[in-house]
Amino acid sequence: MKDLSLHIMDILQNSTRAGASEITLDIVENKTNDTLRITFIDNGSGMSEETLQHVLDPFFTTRTTRKVGLGLSLLKQNAEMTGGNLNIKSQLGVGTEVVVVFGLSHIDRPPMGDLAGTVVLTASANPNIRFIFHYQTDVIDYTFDTKEVNEALDGISLQEPEVISYLREMIAENITQK
Amino acid sequence: MEKIKSLADLKKKREDLQSGIKLREQGDNIEEMIQVKVAMATCGIASGAKQVMDILINELNKRNIPAVVTQTGCMGYCYAEPTVEVKKPGQEPIVFGYVTPEKAEELVTKYIINNEILEGVIPVNYESIEDK
Repeated sequence: MKDLSLHIMDILQNSTRAGASEITLDIVENKTNDTLRITFIDNGSGMSEETLQHVLDPFFTTRTTRKVGLGLSLLKQNAEMTGGNLNIKSQLGVGTEVVVVFGLSHIDRPPMGDLAGTVVLTASANPNIRFIFHYQTDVIDYTFDTKEVNEALDGISLQEPEVISYLREMIAENITQK
Repeated sequence: MEKIKSLADLKKKREDLQSGIKLREQGDNIEEMIQVKVAMATCGIASGAKQVMDILINELNKRNIPAVVTQTGCMGYCYAEPTVEVKKPGQEPIVFGYVTPEKAEELVTKYIINNEILEGVIPVNYESIEDK
């Protein structure tokens, strides 16, 4: 993965595949602690104790189309390279929470990349999922909630190309430090 | 054009959006639309599926083609990622492999518009005569 936005897109797919109806992505940049924390919370199917034990093994996957599952493993490795870590909590039938911490100023931390694109493409490809994105730094505190967006759009689909480009512009505008 | 900064700005754009949508409202029925699915598992994303999805959305929109672009998982063709499945109304879906940004454009101009098959099609699994 070239940047964090791609990792995020990848991990969000896990939640959509787990049949979640609500997904929260929370990103907090903390200059004091020099950390970048990314939290994924979903109300999908969750995992059993046994699955949870294997989930970080790159040779484990629940897919039947291939025999490797690299998404979480790659993210964990990248986080650990910056002095960070990755933790997962999950309960069958309740949902899953993944917390990954990066060293913010560490030279090996991948750049954030096109986060606005990741958020809007994930939201538009899964119009039936309520997707909440929260981004916080010392000076920014922004929340994007597809429930509010759908209310504002009042019947116009999130899948409309113009809507996608407007939303991308809106998110980018709000999460970019000026 | 002024920038969209908030949901209030988005609301103001609602009318423009609605008139644009009406222009190409031939069929609201999803079955009558071209369905494009971009494989977006770890393998797809690492190979550039996000950029491909962006290009497909833009190219289809530029040409006013009624289509829905969504994401799908891994079909096991990781070696050929990014892969894109295109289902035209009334036709069998076709899976295209090795879809680079350039090829994503061709997918729209050649296959979707002109029905011209591109290189890199992933064949459907062989069925022997006994299965029939």
